[in-house]
Amino acid sequence: MNLEKGKPMSPEAAVAEEGIRIRTEVKPRTQSAETPASIRMEKVNVAYGGNEVVHDVSMDVPERRVTAFIGPSGCGKTTLLRSLNRMNDLVESARVTGTIRVKGRDIYAPGTDVIDVRRRVGMVFQKSNPFPKSIYENVVYGLRIAGVRDRARLDEACERSLQGAALWDEVKDRLSDSALSLSGGQQQRVCIARAIAVEPEILLMDEPCSALDPIATLKIEELMYQLKERYTIVIVTHNLQQAARVSDKTAFFWLGRLVEYAPTPDVFTNPHEKLTEDYITGRFG
Amino acid sequence: MAFSVTSRDGRRRLVSRLVEVACAGAVVAALVPLALVLWYVLRNGVPALNRAFFTSMPKPVGEPGGGMANAMVGTLIMLGIAAAFAVPVGIASAVYLSEYPKSRLSWAARFAADVLNGVPSIVVGIFAYVVAVLPFNRFSALAGGFALGVMMIPILVRATEELLALVPPSLREGALALGATRGRAAWTVILPAALPGIVTGILVALARIAGETAPLLFTALNNRYWSTKLTQPIASLTVQIYTYAQSPYEDWHRQAWAGATVLIAAVLLFSVLARTVTRRLERMHRP
Amino acid sequence: MERQHFEAERQALRNQLLTMGALVEDRVHRAIQALVERREEEARRIIETDKEINDLQIEIDDRCLKLLALQTPLAVDLRLITSAMKINADLERVGDQAVNIAENVLQLLPHPPLKPLIDIPRMAEIAERMVRDALDSFVKGDAGLARDVLRRDDEVDGLKDQLFRELLTYMMADPGTIQRALALLLISRHLERIADHATNIAEDVIFIAEAKDVRHHHLGLGVEKP
Repeated sequence: MNLEKGKPMSPEAAVAEEGIRIRTEVKPRTQSAETPASIRMEKVNVAYGGNEVVHDVSMDVPERRVTAFIGPSGCGKTTLLRSLNRMNDLVESARVTGTIRVKGRDIYAPGTDVIDVRRRVGMVFQKSNPFPKSIYENVVYGLRIAGVRDRARLDEACERSLQGAALWDEVKDRLSDSALSLSGGQQQRVCIARAIAVEPEILLMDEPCSALDPIATLKIEELMYQLKERYTIVIVTHNLQQAARVSDKTAFFWLGRLVEYAPTPDVFTNPHEKLTEDYITGRFG
Repeated sequence: MAFSVTSRDGRRRLVSRLVEVACAGAVVAALVPLALVLWYVLRNGVPALNRAFFTSMPKPVGEPGGGMANAMVGTLIMLGIAAAFAVPVGIASAVYLSEYPKSRLSWAARFAADVLNGVPSIVVGIFAYVVAVLPFNRFSALAGGFALGVMMIPILVRATEELLALVPPSLREGALALGATRGRAAWTVILPAALPGIVTGILVALARIAGETAPLLFTALNNRYWSTKLTQPIASLTVQIYTYAQSPYEDWHRQAWAGATVLIAAVLLFSVLARTVTRRLERMHRP
Repeated sequence: MERQHFEAERQALRNQLLTMGALVEDRVHRAIQALVERREEEARRIIETDKEINDLQIEIDDRCLKLLALQTPLAVDLRLITSAMKINADLERVGDQAVNIAENVLQLLPHPPLKPLIDIPRMAEIAERMVRDALDSFVKGDAGLARDVLRRDDEVDGLKDQLFRELLTYMMADPGTIQRALALLLISRHLERIADHATNIAEDVIFIAEAKDVRHHHLGLGVEKP
């Protein structure tokens, strides 16, 4: 700093010297956690063969934000997540009641096209599951089964999705290599690229980093900041720090019930419910 | 450091040694018949192998020389027919069984496959006679291929079903989550994932039925001459060996040994082929 | 690409602290100017606008709390955030001292000046520069500059003692000067406290940079080479 003899600088000059402007801050991307609801849940119950796993959950997931589901093992968060793209249909004994609306449409209404639901609501799984095919074929799989044949379109979608998953530069020269030849973190990003290739509205992530090392985890968390500009993201995680770092709103579940649902800073600095606070501070669970 | 050796230690070690020796002995005992068969066949068959054997046709009764060219080709043709028929049926059935394991139809199909596996090959032959020979009033290569195919189906179904079950369910989930129907997921993801094993299974099944004789007796019969017509009787290696072995001619006996040698070599070849193909395909599956 | 979000937050925190520092420094300067140039309006304005500083302090503390909860910073990041909260408190106190000075100025202005002002402006200059340099060392992570700030505290103390002795002679000679002398003494005391806060900030900077807690025994650093 330039010290003129004897004369302290005016604040304007001082900060100008530093190259910053008064009161200017680099605002975090998310202004608030509230945007129009992308998913609306009303009194959702999920039972496996008579055993209720999710009780009476009502909540709205905001658009283009990251919402985290946290809670101890068995609290129903993964079950609820899988109801959002009707993956619970795969379990014969599963019964879902209540309403789940995605962009206004009830996805459990009779006559709903499940395939369409799953295209609009994509999913990334805990353990990355790339198909034993080339990277290219993995990424365009969703488009191919949707009937897209035009090679140019597929190529463009492949590049766009791999860019979106922050993987393009690393694999652009070896798209025909097997996807299984990549590292764990890269494989998970292939799965993310695969999911976003069909341009879903919502991206569900079921503990996406739990099988990854810290560097790979960090890359995927950074990726989420970019992804949420285009997609609504719901992430289930048992890692509280991760939920605190990446999410805008956090929902805490306990024994199948929604205990607290609030903006993340509030949940982690001053939760409303004692149960939430006990869980977050590690008093149990 | 000193170890104290108690008498219990010593006895334990002795027992362990005895069991080791006994197991080794059992292995040897199991290998002996195989070794003997191989040695005997090779000893008798290799000297009879010559170029003519592979290229020429059987000579009329009494004349020395000749070969089994038509029989080898015939076997190959019928294997092709069998595969063309059994592979789609077998794999499609296996896919159905793995996608809908609990349905009534699946239960019945599995039961049927297991029973069919145990049916004696001659019974299969008779069945093929009734179904594929009588209505057309002729013996044919097609009927022979059909009989062999029927034997191939249960082997393929069971093997493929097991292989499909080994494919991690996460792959199916991944495909479904992208908007695939169950059928689409099965054909485009799960089946390709199990492909190396399935190819092995097909080759192994082919090796099995290549050595069958009884079913061919009632269906393809045999053919002295060169024929590749599917609607005519056709020669096959196994039937030819059978015919020659029963004959009183020394020359034919030698040729029968040679045929047996070729058959064994073919089975060996199939196994090696299965291995290499599998390894090639597995490169896509593992880094 | 690594932890861009956290980096952005840290940068914002730094900027806010710098803003706060610039504001309080300015207020101290204006308070002394009000004394030297005998401007009553200026003094009043300083007292009335203190709320601005307090609001900023609350904002900064809130930001630090959120950063701790949501980002679980470790190592140097952790020291940075916890020290930021302390620096925040010190800066707010400096702002308070500026208000105190202004209040004393208002007491003095109705009366004719007691003596020419030499020591007080000198003290003010040193104290202000200490604050500025302490903040500068925070921005740059410069522990050497921070240690330099620590050394200057003695000079301020010395000036305060000198002024006290001088004012004592005035008070003993003429009791009518006591009120004005005391006001001046108090002002010098406020300036000395401002310098102390600057040394606190400097100690925090050393903690961030070197993880060394030099509070309460930094006097020994006077003999250290930078």
